[in-house]
Amino acid sequence: MPKKVNLNRVPIPKQEPAARKKNFSEVALGYGEEEAIEEASRCLQCPKPTCKDGCPVNVDIPEFIEAVRDRNMVEAVRILKGKNSLPGICGRVCPQETQCEERCALAKKGAPVAIGRLERYVADWERAHPELAAKQEVDYVAGGRKVAVVGSGPAGLTCAADLVKMGHEVTIFEALHVAGGVLMYGIPEFRLPKQIVQGEVDYVKSLGVEIKLDHVIGKIATADELLESGYDAVFLAPGAGAPMFLSIPGENLNNVYSANEFLTRTNLMKAYLFPRWDTPVKRGRRVAVFGGGNVAMDASRCALRLGAEEVYVIYRRSKVEMPARLEERENAEEEGVIFRLLTNPKSFMGDEQGRVRAVECYEMELGEPDDSGRRRPIRKPGTEHSIEIDTAIVALGTRPNPIIPSTTEGLELTRWGTIRADEATGRTSRDRIWCGGDMATGAATVISAMGAGKRAAADIDAYLREKR
Amino acid sequence: MYRVLAREDLTPEIHLFRVEAPGVARKAQAGQFVIVRSDEKGERIPLTIADWDEKEGSVTVVFMEVGATTRKLSCVNAGEAILDFVGPLGRPTEIEKFGTVACVAGGFAIATIVPIARAMREAGNRVVSIMGFRTRDLVFWEDRLGSVSDELIVSTDDGSYKRKGLVTEPLKELLQNTRIDRVIAIGPTVMMKFCSLTTKPFHVKTIVSLNPIMVDGTGMCGCCRVSVGEETKFACVDGPDFDGHEVDWDLLMSRQRAYLEEEKEASAFWEAACSGAKNHA
Ligand SMILES: Cc1cc2nc3c(=O)[nH]c(=O)nc-3n(C[C@H](O)[C@H](O)[C@H](O)COP(=O)(O)OP(=O)(O)OC[C@H]3O[C@@H](n4cnc5c(N)ncnc54)[C@H](O)[C@@H]3O)c2cc1C
Ligand code: FES
Repeated sequence: MPKKVNLNRVPIPKQEPAARKKNFSEVALGYGEEEAIEEASRCLQCPKPTCKDGCPVNVDIPEFIEAVRDRNMVEAVRILKGKNSLPGICGRVCPQETQCEERCALAKKGAPVAIGRLERYVADWERAHPELAAKQEVDYVAGGRKVAVVGSGPAGLTCAADLVKMGHEVTIFEALHVAGGVLMYGIPEFRLPKQIVQGEVDYVKSLGVEIKLDHVIGKIATADELLESGYDAVFLAPGAGAPMFLSIPGENLNNVYSANEFLTRTNLMKAYLFPRWDTPVKRGRRVAVFGGGNVAMDASRCALRLGAEEVYVIYRRSKVEMPARLEERENAEEEGVIFRLLTNPKSFMGDEQGRVRAVECYEMELGEPDDSGRRRPIRKPGTEHSIEIDTAIVALGTRPNPIIPSTTEGLELTRWGTIRADEATGRTSRDRIWCGGDMATGAATVISAMGAGKRAAADIDAYLREKR
Repeated sequence: MYRVLAREDLTPEIHLFRVEAPGVARKAQAGQFVIVRSDEKGERIPLTIADWDEKEGSVTVVFMEVGATTRKLSCVNAGEAILDFVGPLGRPTEIEKFGTVACVAGGFAIATIVPIARAMREAGNRVVSIMGFRTRDLVFWEDRLGSVSDELIVSTDDGSYKRKGLVTEPLKELLQNTRIDRVIAIGPTVMMKFCSLTTKPFHVKTIVSLNPIMVDGTGMCGCCRVSVGEETKFACVDGPDFDGHEVDWDLLMSRQRAYLEEEKEASAFWEAACSGAKNHA
């Protein structure tokens, strides 16, 4: 019987903007079982599915969706986790609209199957039914080798999980006091609950991966010392964690934060629970966030939830050039974030106690496209104006932290300071050292970091088998 | 978890912990620091490494109770554990044969200057140390610093013990009377500032160890930014040692006060929780 095409994407229930901007609970509430099955039934089960090509870790998308449709959740979990160790995370934060869903046969009709929401549903179902979900089988092969993974973000976790499944002994070294990388310190609770991340980290540990927290590689031991101390290979996945600033006067005034600091205080150190948790963060009333990416959206929405009356996102180009996901921009707008587009800061002004009190800005207009293909913003003369603020958050992006490159001899870098690594294998210029994730590509996405972790795991395994 | 092997109360408010951390002990060098978090809800704070013992696998830190976090930390007894102890972080102090080195320390920083003075002497320098305290009752480690120095000057602000006055006075005399090739000044920010102002006219390079507020301590957040020679630096990775003549002291002091209000709120909140636990041996 030919299938009738259903173009009604099942919407995902969300907290109302007026309520959610006052709490840190998750915004999107997720499908219930009937909603998931209805959405899964829209999948055409294409004989030659293209959605899979859009997934950096090649999840067997039609197969797991078919299992959901048939109400066989145990099977859906098994299929999904066969390729993706962190589905609860990916289902929430992957930009599906430019990946799997963009390639869905129904995308041309404007209603791709909501693959991300289904992925999230399956992962959440497993969390709710730990006793029913099938245990992943790990093929422990005799004679596995020892691998050190540096960093426990998505790249490190994925690489470690895959290697342990291939029979190797894996230790992750993590600088912070919790595992998860940006998933823990950057992405806010209301978009990615920390319990979900913790659950997926625990899953990776349950496979047999050891995680050593509080270990800054380059300080407590260098990559070379790891190799000397008995590890056969090292996978570097320390992310691109060093914040960039605007380099304008007044930037070191109090209450001017990098997005990393603001988000780390808020999410990792739970400053929104201060003073029950010890770390404070300024609860600004008038907050300006500089930048137009996802990080700027996260920072502005956190500021609202901390009680700000007015939050501005100040961005030097126009809306169409904004790198933030459409969904995140809409969420921010619904919650009342004010966009000051085509505006650029010139300097910060402080009060007598050294706190920021205003930012002087000028207007911009768009000229010819630049190297990035986006139209270059040009300063409009005579448009200086100042905006009164009590907190500023700079979300201009990050660059690689030099701690590892500067302590590992012979590691070739690119001109952006990232570690040069082969895209297909993660191999670096150094024997027995691989690299992947944001440290190799510059700030990118969770799933691309996971893809790099997967490819490196395969290559490390092949290398170690050959050496045996 | 990192066990506190021994605890010593150097003064009622200055405490020494010898902490079991073999990995850190193996790599520690004079001038570096660790990030400490006492418990699950605790703040991450930097503490300078005061000593280490590779054989025992221990690292010693000394801290003064100033706010809620250090007060909470002071409730930890020997045998108990600290949740996180990360290091060794920052760049080590530059140790070389300079000639004569003056090591100046105030208050709790006496403990952290000892390994520096020791290393300076081992590198072949003549070491003159100056230690300053508020009053007689707070004097500690006179013998220890003395044992790694060729000459030791002790002063108290109120004159209740040895020389009366601030450490800057004997420092100035020293500079007037002898050839000093390098000064290391560690202690409260104002003290480091005035030591730097004192040495400036003599053109003697003066190294200070800055202690801005930090979060991660690895260059990830920028909370620790300081201005040195008109350039923004991250104290946790570019420092903590800097040239005292180049530091923007007013900016540093202003940034150290960024959370004064919150500090009061937190102290009030924890006062009750800690008061019962403070009857340690
Ligand atoms: C606020 C924010 C929101 C984002 N939102 C999204 C989103 O919605 N969707 C999306 O796909 N992507 C998003 N991203 C990007 C995504 O999070 C990153 O691309 C991804 O996390 C990179 O993974 P990674 O494993 O390379 O590094 P990271 O996640 O950065 O993890 C690196 C880990 O290594 C540790 N480390 C660093 N140095 C050392 C060292 N010397 N020794 C030991 N450990 C070390 C770090 O502490 C960290 O835990 C966001 C990023 C931010 C900052
Ligand atoms: S403390 Fe975060 S960068 Fe220095």
